[in-house]
Amino acid sequence: MIDTLEKPDVQLTQEEKQLKRVLIICSKGKLEDVYAALVMANGALMEGIEAKMFFTFFGLEAITKKGADHLHTATVGNPAFMPAIPTMLAGLPGFEAFASFMMKKEMDKLDMPHVTEFFEMIEAGGGEIFACKLAADMFHLKKEDMLPQVKDIITVGDMYALAAGDRTQIIFI
Amino acid sequence: METLLTPTLELDKEGYLKNPAQWTPELARDFAAKANIVLTDKHFDVLNWLRAKHAEGVPLTIRKVGASGIVDIKKFYELFPGGPLKVSSKIAGIPKPASCI
Repeated sequence: MIDTLEKPDVQLTQEEKQLKRVLIICSKGKLEDVYAALVMANGALMEGIEAKMFFTFFGLEAITKKGADHLHTATVGNPAFMPAIPTMLAGLPGFEAFASFMMKKEMDKLDMPHVTEFFEMIEAGGGEIFACKLAADMFHLKKEDMLPQVKDIITVGDMYALAAGDRTQIIFI
Repeated sequence: METLLTPTLELDKEGYLKNPAQWTPELARDFAAKANIVLTDKHFDVLNWLRAKHAEGVPLTIRKVGASGIVDIKKFYELFPGGPLKVSSKIAGIPKPASCI
């Protein structure tokens, strides 16, 4: 019986089609995680791919007016970061701020925009930015606490609607 | 090796002009037509800026174009839809930009 089944159309499966849309979900508020989301969203737009961003949980920090340009990288519990520095030392007051400052300096050298400017670039490129309703409720955040580029506060169901259609990928950070 | 219009023009495998010195405004119009873009003076302002920066050896990014004073980023996306830096670089006859930002 199996022999009689039609073989999949090889021509069709091998045809290369460019991605049409990406939905990038950012659930973390560490500097490097937020930048990963921003670089990928902006990079998609640069390639002519639609980009939507959805910020949830600690990721919300990245889209608040207060927090966006003051994100930190974690120096504790992050073994790849300065492996020579003992964990106890990395936890001293001010260490994380210093490390984050140094990291931002390196990023400046690479002409990487600050978080708020990155959002401006993404919006200018047609990207759309959304916040998670559940997390916003939990952290008592309102639309006016957020950057002007945030289009709306939406539910998880609305988020999936953003990723409708074929040739769409969801990336979770 | 793909060639365009005249056999003396060398393009790389993605269709970017190998030698920017061979670029002419007419050639730009042909490249633009392939991308369904009709070039205006504003387009040429951007193209000339890109070519000048490339000649200076400046690595090009969307952010730099936005800060050029020629166009803002939104307008840049409108002028060259479907990946503005790539599309404009191809029309400007300069290599594909190796930029992540």
